[in-house]
Amino acid sequence: MTDVWNTPERVALRQTVRDFTVREIVPYLDQWEDDGEVPRSLHKAAAAAGLLGISTPESLGGQGGDAIDNMIVQEEMLYTGASSGLLSALFTHGIAIPHILHSGDRYLIDRYAKPALAGEKIGSLAVTEPDAGSDVSAIRTRAVRDGDEYVVNGAKTFITSSTRADFVTTVVRTGDEAHHGISLIVVDTDSPGFTVVRRLRKMGWLCSDTGELAYVDVRVPARNMIGGEGSGFGQVATQFGGERLGLAVHAYGVAQRALDLTIEHVRNRIAFGKPLIAKQVVRHKLVEMTRAVDVSRTYAHTIAERIVNGEQGLFAEAAMAKNQCVEACEFVVNEAVQLHGGMGYMRDSEVERHYRDARILGIGGGATEVMNDLIAKALFG
Amino acid sequence: MNIVVCVKQVPDTWAEKRLSDSDKTVDREGVEGVMNELDEYAVEEALRIKEAGGDGTVTVLTMGPDKAVETIRKALSMGADQAVHVVDDALHGSDALATSNALAKALGTIEYDLVILGVESTDARMSVIPAMLAERTGAAQLTFARKVEVSGTTVKIERQTDTGYDVVEASTPAIVSVVEKINEPRYPSFKGIMAAKKKPLTTLTIADAGVDGGSVGLAGSGTEVAEFAARPPKQAGQIVKDEGDGGAKLAEFLASQKLV
Repeated sequence: MTDVWNTPERVALRQTVRDFTVREIVPYLDQWEDDGEVPRSLHKAAAAAGLLGISTPESLGGQGGDAIDNMIVQEEMLYTGASSGLLSALFTHGIAIPHILHSGDRYLIDRYAKPALAGEKIGSLAVTEPDAGSDVSAIRTRAVRDGDEYVVNGAKTFITSSTRADFVTTVVRTGDEAHHGISLIVVDTDSPGFTVVRRLRKMGWLCSDTGELAYVDVRVPARNMIGGEGSGFGQVATQFGGERLGLAVHAYGVAQRALDLTIEHVRNRIAFGKPLIAKQVVRHKLVEMTRAVDVSRTYAHTIAERIVNGEQGLFAEAAMAKNQCVEACEFVVNEAVQLHGGMGYMRDSEVERHYRDARILGIGGGATEVMNDLIAKALFG
Repeated sequence: MNIVVCVKQVPDTWAEKRLSDSDKTVDREGVEGVMNELDEYAVEEALRIKEAGGDGTVTVLTMGPDKAVETIRKALSMGADQAVHVVDDALHGSDALATSNALAKALGTIEYDLVILGVESTDARMSVIPAMLAERTGAAQLTFARKVEVSGTTVKIERQTDTGYDVVEASTPAIVSVVEKINEPRYPSFKGIMAAKKKPLTTLTIADAGVDGGSVGLAGSGTEVAEFAARPPKQAGQIVKDEGDGGAKLAEFLASQKLV
């Protein structure tokens, strides 16, 4: 059977990703963690290397690959020493523009999606509000039609890359029905009335900026609405599947990296006259970590293959992949810190960062509990 | 402007390199092959010249075993248009003289104004192929370029020296070797990788290239590796303990090594 994950072209793609990560990311990551954001030049460099929009058709400004190619870029970056926080900052367009691309609206594609894929514009997706997170139907930010414009009022929080963003794909309420009253509209961040209220301080993902946003009488051209009024919930729900699989990749990718670092550490660390890896308790722990990573990755890969083969509606499977990979990641990063000993608790050790970064993976993109509800509904009605 | 870039597959820079016991040539089987790093700069420079000029083709030329096609593919993924691969068992063991002979003959099958190479390969590190190619083809020799400017049929380079640079100018056809200061090589993009699959690749035997079998390979080489030995392990350094006379002892040591 051919291994679709390691065709000659994908081996070459992995090499490009490794070279890019080693040269353009790893040397600067600590600095960006301190800065609280990644520079715009990184988006441009990644675009020049063809790493943004791998799975977007060439006619829409992408590279023409598929979901497997996309996963390869993300996992290889993580294996080589990038972090999930870095990926969330650099690939925010992955959640900010899919609705635009899917709509086929040439105006919005040319104005927002293509520049984002070229690394020229930074986009965010604003769903969560102070009173509504995983329950998207409860959002209250409202857009009211006024002639050729909508007037937007409300607040959003925990919005990735929003302190740097040029545009924010915003989930708004245009009607009172819980689900059918929801729409998606693209807001330029230089619009009067739009403000980043503050930059939020987080446990991890430090190089990924996160903002709280206020919309006060923000006037947005009506043509910035994606799809029709009331189609927002469906669009968000459709794209969530991709985001969940993306976070599954973060989880097994980080877990693999933490495992690799740990194996290196226990080979080199001498305790009581022998390398730590000579001890059975350590060896068994490494085996459990390896099993957790490999089983999780294999499941996530299988779902990607099914999507590429044209299967539709794999929402429960994507959710299971997310929960499985997140659970594996939490186990592995915890044991990685443990096996690094005191060093694992130091800011200078990479596993310490992965440990902090990993905590968000079971919360963002739909919490583990919400995933379980979704899976239960698919299984038992 | 038509440009040929010579590239070479070499053992991975960080891998432990060995010579084979039987014929004292580099063991290329046991290690991963990569494009010689300086050749990436050569490919990049060729692509930049072509992009600035807006016409012509960039042809990749390599000589090496079947496996060297991986390196050709990388150059095509970066954006080169086509490739020529000289592959023949008779080439095994060729030294710089024999290699330059075969490459010069292969160049005869391609139309070119400019040939660009990395200044040396990381395996042999002879740094003579560019000069030898210039001699064999009669083209102008512009080596150690840290900057290349092309205007019509004139090629002007800044030639890196120990103390600065010389400006050297010649007419095409010319052979240019480049140093790593010259540019920042691009990454092969996904689109480039997929496009490379469809680009023309010509494979030449030595007979196709018009190379005399007696002039290449181990037998056709002018030089021979007589014997080799592993590098001896590092000796422990001499430690000078300062008992009030440390400075004098250091000066004594430096004088004994004829360093002062």
